[in-house]
Amino acid sequence: MSKELFEAMAQSVIQGDEEAAADLARQSLAQGIDPLVAINQGFVVGINQVGAQFSSGDMFLPELVAAGEAMKTAVAVLEPEMARQGTHRQILGKVVIGTVEGDIHDIGKTLVATMLSAGGFQVYDLGVDVPIQKFVEKAREVGADIVGLSALITTTMGRQKDVIEALDDMGLRPQVKVMVGGAPVTRQWAAEIGAEGYSEDAVGAVNVAKQLMGA
Amino acid sequence: MAGKIKSISNPRLSLNLFSPQDIQRIHTATLDVIENVGVRFPSKRALDIWEAHGATVDRDKMVVKAPGQLIEEALKNAPPDYSLAARNPEQDLPLDGNHVFVGTDGCGVEVLDIQTGERRRSCLNDVAEIARVADALEEVAFHWVAVSAQDYPEKTRSLHELLAIWKNSTKHVQTESITKENEARLAVEMAEAIAGGREALRQRPLLSIMQCTAPPLGQDGGSVDAALVGAEAGLPVGFMTMASCLTTGPATLAGNLVVGNAEVISATALIQLAFPGAPVFYAAAQTASDLRSGAYTGGGPEDFLLGAAGNLLSDFYNIPLSMGSFATGAKEPDWQAGIENSLSTFMASIVMSDMLLGVGLLHGSRIWSYEQMLMDCEIFNIVAKTLQGILVDDETLALDAIKAVGPGGNFLTQKHTRKHMRELFLPQLMDRRPYNAWEEKKNGAREWALTKARQILAEHQPEPLDPALSSELHHIITSVPK
Repeated sequence: MSKELFEAMAQSVIQGDEEAAADLARQSLAQGIDPLVAINQGFVVGINQVGAQFSSGDMFLPELVAAGEAMKTAVAVLEPEMARQGTHRQILGKVVIGTVEGDIHDIGKTLVATMLSAGGFQVYDLGVDVPIQKFVEKAREVGADIVGLSALITTTMGRQKDVIEALDDMGLRPQVKVMVGGAPVTRQWAAEIGAEGYSEDAVGAVNVAKQLMGA
Repeated sequence: MAGKIKSISNPRLSLNLFSPQDIQRIHTATLDVIENVGVRFPSKRALDIWEAHGATVDRDKMVVKAPGQLIEEALKNAPPDYSLAARNPEQDLPLDGNHVFVGTDGCGVEVLDIQTGERRRSCLNDVAEIARVADALEEVAFHWVAVSAQDYPEKTRSLHELLAIWKNSTKHVQTESITKENEARLAVEMAEAIAGGREALRQRPLLSIMQCTAPPLGQDGGSVDAALVGAEAGLPVGFMTMASCLTTGPATLAGNLVVGNAEVISATALIQLAFPGAPVFYAAAQTASDLRSGAYTGGGPEDFLLGAAGNLLSDFYNIPLSMGSFATGAKEPDWQAGIENSLSTFMASIVMSDMLLGVGLLHGSRIWSYEQMLMDCEIFNIVAKTLQGILVDDETLALDAIKAVGPGGNFLTQKHTRKHMRELFLPQLMDRRPYNAWEEKKNGAREWALTKARQILAEHQPEPLDPALSSELHHIITSVPK
């Protein structure tokens, strides 16, 4: 009985079907299945399969993102019950992410956020045009392990450095690691401003984040 | 002596990409999107203008929904042709639908050093040196800011970049790196100083302004404000969409065109509502995102098709076009760069895009390469020659020469041959040497291109700016509070 449900959960993620994923999550709650079991034996199995097929070139980015969204939706349905039971999903780390001040480019940052979330991180997405202080405050508030800074314009790249300096000033470093990305951002720039993580794309960003967590 | 400028004119080849019905459907779908979905304009000034003209404005979301008729009527005020002026009037560029001009690409962040070949961060000196090399090349008709002057503070960087180009070239400058209202005001002030006053600049716009849209269906507020400042001063302004299949646009090319078109014509209509009759241009560099990484590809069949589609849309709206061609996604000046830049430039040229952007950058417009710049110029020459097509008349049928030679023999000594031989393409960078000659040196296009760039940089002296004018321009920049 549960086995079929778990398989359907995995399928909903593989299909990137948010509605089905949410439905199945609700069904599992109705059946009294431990949300953590539902996640780990159902949805995570799907996400792992999508990840493997993406790596082997049989699935593509839109499928990966849709799977991530379905996973996120399912977890959101299960979260209130986990909170009630006092359990929580094992997370790899907490990430505060956003596009820096003066920059409204959204998509790269959002992709990274989705991939991190699907990859087992707790993600706090602050959106675009995020003031320096907001990154710092949020990082302190949630006890972030990683702050992710996106910039797509040469004239906003400098804000990545400013955020790192502000984190320094507030004494949040080095326990908060910083990842940077965006079209004009290079590995050299990341090194120069003291960012520990850099990736050119969203899938790579998850690996970098895992490395930063020592996972 | 001012260098002449090469362009493509009177092509004898044509392309059949869209039927008139296809274009009409794209247009109708675009108006549907603008009217019912809306476009985001995060600029108070822009929202005020839209509201004053009867568009529906959501101030919270900063989204404008404009009736199709408002857009169509506004676009009718745009002048169909005008010229981009140069410091040297002989280098003015008529955007009249019968010229294809090439600019430098922009705005890169790294440079393959011309002496060491090492990849390093770009600085103001690179802007100046690239402008100087471009000044000497007849294939380059105008400048974009090729790389970012990252050794200068962000507040005044775009102005330093402009000045560096003006100091090193007499050709027209189109800036793509001004994204703030106050920067635009100072840039206009600088251009006025060079042109000899406000009215003189309006008559002869030495500067034009290109802004990027924020796909899907959005604009950058600062960019819109900067464009309005430029249009007010009579500078040609254009909005470029880079909406890409899969990520910022639908996976289908037609749908991606609708998204990009909605961004471009809504912003263009705004300019016309604010300043009816202001010179504007359509700009696009649409492509497909990579299926695996989601990255902007800067090449591939979709890129080539979208490159041709842009001009069919701008022709429909009867305004000039600036089209992203060249700009390979390749990391080095290699096989991929050759294919991508040749085909994208061919497709954008055969439909007679007025401006092509542009030569010199690798890795999706991130890394400047002088080798690539010179090789891109050769690609343009090849495309220009190809588009001349095959002329068939009594002279070119060459019957007299054929009769004179007869079976056997050869055409080398025929007068007809000597009369027409210089019409044949003579490459600057293609390797046509005998095998043994190549084997001795094993060099080729990249080395030759680099040698030529180095030589230009060492020898070419651009016509300098008057020292008093130059210091006036410096003064304008330094007036910016730190």
